[in-house]
Amino acid sequence: MSEATQTATLWLARIHVTLKPAVVDPQGDTILSALHQLHFNDVQGVRAGKYLEVTLRAADADAAAASVDAMCSTLLANPVIERYTFDVEVAPED
Amino acid sequence: MKFGILVFPGTWSDRDWHHVLTRTLGHEAEYIWHDDRDLHGCDAVIVPGGFAHGDYLRVGAIARFSPVMDAVARFAENGGLVLGSCNGFQILTEAGLLSGALLRNASLSFRCEWVHLRVERADTPFTNACQPGQVLRIPISHGDGNFYLDDAELAALEARGGVVFRYCDAEGNVTPEANPNGSRNNIAGIINERGNVLALMPHPERCCEPELGGTDGRYICDSLVASLAPAAR
Repeated sequence: MSEATQTATLWLARIHVTLKPAVVDPQGDTILSALHQLHFNDVQGVRAGKYLEVTLRAADADAAAASVDAMCSTLLANPVIERYTFDVEVAPED
Repeated sequence: MKFGILVFPGTWSDRDWHHVLTRTLGHEAEYIWHDDRDLHGCDAVIVPGGFAHGDYLRVGAIARFSPVMDAVARFAENGGLVLGSCNGFQILTEAGLLSGALLRNASLSFRCEWVHLRVERADTPFTNACQPGQVLRIPISHGDGNFYLDDAELAALEARGGVVFRYCDAEGNVTPEANPNGSRNNIAGIINERGNVLALMPHPERCCEPELGGTDGRYICDSLVASLAPAAR
């Protein structure tokens, strides 16, 4: 890790990975029927997905977003079945 | 004739494959650890079942970035034969060596049972010992075997004859009841366009001796051996 990277701002990316609308989601369907059994009858649909928090160092928000986008398309989501959204903000102090 | 059997942390069918290839079929086989960067001069690569890297994130997602997979991609590019089973199928799709993806079983249950497969293509290096339309009885053992491709790509896969095995009943009828995991078009195994990379969810290595309840796995193993035989001469 370079010195510049170590001193760069720490960012927090919140990433949602979900199945594409055309992909059947048996987990979501099972959760939906469980909710109906619990009398949440107004529930129309459930889709299950993944939520990831990634902290990273980058010079600015654009650089952080570009890096997270590359992570998503390379590893975190499979474009055959999934799509992803994320936002990036300055990581809160511990 | 030497087979290379990939071993990732969490692979579990490597020893079954080794047993079949060496003791049942009498060939040489070598384990290849996932961070190895070459394939030790093997003549064919087996990508076995299991839970490589715990299948964290998605099945096969981490394994496809293991160093050995670059060597496998080069081997396939040069026409080398690659056979994946179960987790091996998932890894090969994640690696882009085969199309599609394997989703959670539609039932959400892990299915460990014998199934029937209809051989759709008997002209591949992995099925040349079969007859077209032959029904094989081979066990499955997976939680994520639900083959998915979108409509357009599925039509393209079917049109080019990429489907090699389909789940069927004992008579060879492809029915929804015979589909153990919700795979589109009952697809159990596919081959790449070039015809040298094939993977299936079932486990041929678990049924190559009568003591194990069936020997239909031999059709696939014997096909592979027959395909390699000219090279070995």
